[in-house]
Amino acid sequence: MLSRVADSLYWTSRYLERAEHSARLIDVHLNMMIDQSFLSSDQRWRQVAASLGTPLADDSTLDAHSIARALTFDPTNRSSIVSCITAARENARQVREQISSEMWHQLNRLFHQVRRPGTEEAWSSQPLEFLYAVREGAHLFQGLTDSTMSHGEGWHFIQVGRFLERANATATLLDVHFSEHSLNPDELAGHLEYIEWIALLKSCTAFEAYCKVYTAELRPVRIAEFLMLNPEFPHSLRFAADMLHTALDAVAEASPTRKAGRVEKLTGKMRASLSFSHIEEILSGGIHPYLTNIQRQCSQMHSAVNQVYITYPIQSALEA
Amino acid sequence: MASAGKIGHRLLPPPFSNYVLNDAYDEMFTGDSATRPHYEELYQRLLSVPAEELHRRKQEADLSFLHQGITFTVYGREEGTERIFPHDLLPRIITAAEWSTIERGLTQRITALNLFLRDIYHEGKILADGTVPRELVYSCKQFRRQMRGLQVPRDIYVTVVGSDLIRTPDGRFVVLEDNLRVPSGVSYMLTSRQVMKRVFPNLFQRCGVRSIDHYSTALLSTLRSIAPEGRNDPVIVLLTPGVYNSAYFEHAYLARQMGIELVEGRDLVVHDNVVYMRNTAGLRRVDVIYRRIDDDFIDPLAFRADSILGVAGLFNAYRAGNVVLANAVGTGVADDKALYAYVPKIIRYYLNEDPVLDNVETFLMTNRSEREHVCHNLQKFVVKAVGESGGYGMLIGPHSTAAQREDFRARIQADPRNYIAQPTIMLSRAPCFIDGQVEPRHVDLRPYVLFGERVTIVPGGLTRVALRKGSLVVNSSQGGGSKDTWVLQE
Repeated sequence: MLSRVADSLYWTSRYLERAEHSARLIDVHLNMMIDQSFLSSDQRWRQVAASLGTPLADDSTLDAHSIARALTFDPTNRSSIVSCITAARENARQVREQISSEMWHQLNRLFHQVRRPGTEEAWSSQPLEFLYAVREGAHLFQGLTDSTMSHGEGWHFIQVGRFLERANATATLLDVHFSEHSLNPDELAGHLEYIEWIALLKSCTAFEAYCKVYTAELRPVRIAEFLMLNPEFPHSLRFAADMLHTALDAVAEASPTRKAGRVEKLTGKMRASLSFSHIEEILSGGIHPYLTNIQRQCSQMHSAVNQVYITYPIQSALEA
Repeated sequence: MASAGKIGHRLLPPPFSNYVLNDAYDEMFTGDSATRPHYEELYQRLLSVPAEELHRRKQEADLSFLHQGITFTVYGREEGTERIFPHDLLPRIITAAEWSTIERGLTQRITALNLFLRDIYHEGKILADGTVPRELVYSCKQFRRQMRGLQVPRDIYVTVVGSDLIRTPDGRFVVLEDNLRVPSGVSYMLTSRQVMKRVFPNLFQRCGVRSIDHYSTALLSTLRSIAPEGRNDPVIVLLTPGVYNSAYFEHAYLARQMGIELVEGRDLVVHDNVVYMRNTAGLRRVDVIYRRIDDDFIDPLAFRADSILGVAGLFNAYRAGNVVLANAVGTGVADDKALYAYVPKIIRYYLNEDPVLDNVETFLMTNRSEREHVCHNLQKFVVKAVGESGGYGMLIGPHSTAAQREDFRARIQADPRNYIAQPTIMLSRAPCFIDGQVEPRHVDLRPYVLFGERVTIVPGGLTRVALRKGSLVVNSSQGGGSKDTWVLQE
């Protein structure tokens, strides 16, 4: 398939995954503000901004409401929800004939929904409704993608975009959270911290899934284990690594190039580390370096995919 | 002019109450009283179907266009404003006999124009003989000296043509202009047929409408037939300027219908005079490019250096014979509006035949006496810039203000080569469904001609309609819409 098409499919899905992730995180933290907490609401929203990979400057004087608004609507913030949906739609528009009309229709509808005049005012009074609509819209798109588009090379690029974004976003979120809250093995979450750990799980849609495995007894280490190493939960790092590996394998099979090995090494390495490590080992080596490393691997994977399949030098392709 | 709701002596029942005939040829009714036989079936149907039912079908059709995303882009507004192409519910019907004349006429015309292009880019016999003035060809902005002596595969310059026909008050079809560069609109012809089949399923069979569904296949095999020698399984692509182009919907539609790759300039690279497309699996050689980008923008090395839509080195690959462009570069010289006046002579010169389809009388502003005559009577003429299309850069005399006429008079005097004038022609009118009533509106007709190993014209075309009452301008950018065009079997 055309490199440009693969690139657009990748970014469509990556941007939409980011929009969905942001909407979920903002939703959870808006809910948290209702409860009593040892964090001031301004502190909380600085943390949310950092978890979304857009930390505020230290001297920023934005209050909680303005931060939440900027993360949702700010057109100059390329990671805001509306910017992400706009970018996803723009990418999909470039490859409209490559995706199913159901997918296009859904994405277009979501785009018009979030850009409708008056949305920002409605958000001020009823933010949760808006955030729910974004999440539902993104989920619908993903469902339509899986059920109406051929699971060929293009679909695999969509998977790569989705899970690379998910792995990177989850690693960033965990890193910010663990740097604020202690991870003593076998300790139960303290009373005030308890709701913060619930927030973390809910930010990954993981609260119910966690309880099914470990009961509602929240132990920080088990939470870390679940969100990083669980093989079955779709928002864990390991799950994302598995899906990336499968998708990039399929891409390599559909488009054989000499350089595919470079991508395979990276996916294999990340997958092996997440599959065969114990949480205790990771903790003893330091969770921060481990999560930083995951984020670095995500960015290397992005570059490798780009250089092998999208923007490769012509000379190398001619020699092949 | 007849009074409201009357044709001759006959009072028309609803929904025809507002149907008023005038000097223009009417596609549905004869001047005195009767419905033309080939419209009888539709006429009866319109009488029997209640207005609400028609209205419902109209909404159904509109919705179907919206859902398919059949849109075009309006320039000069917010970036990438998409609009639905306005569509009229009632078909425009053409008899088998009329169609056979059109078919013969267009085949003849395209054959001659193609020979003309071959000639002016090689020996230039017609110029040496003085049949067509040399300076007229060489002063044309669309003349590409880079094409001199270049061997075009099978000598086919124009692969896809869309010629605009109109019907004069005496009922004859005449050619208004030719589009030999990158004619568009064929996707509206195809999709509007799909929609109409759902809206009026029974009428199709009862009328005996000829099918146009084979257009995409015919286009594909035409493109295949012009592939470079020795490339037996040619890779064919459609080159689009991208999503912001007004016809992007059509590019995507045709690529999908033909099952070929839709590429942009940035997807192609030229190495050693061979064109490749950039695939995830590496580079893939391209043999035929159905390009929907104008000459000017196709290769920044050969033409406009500021083009970012094109492919650097493409023209050299073309010259080397490693890739075929459809249409060839430089075909625009043959649809220059001043050259248009010479087309009947061109047909006689190369084919030794009389033209089957006439031209509209055309005054060349380079000719002094014609220029003076036109400048003194501007309110009677339509003045057009020779290189423009899409209804831009023209003056419609009878509908113009004194200031506009003065402006054009000055422009003509300043650059006579750039303008031609034609008498204002009453385009024929066809019934349209407007606000619950059937009313007549002016229409033209653009059939699509494919020229490969043989000439193929699918029986149909794009009927454009000036939906504004009294308007003679059918271009979509100026408030025009389209209708399905039915060519009957007999």
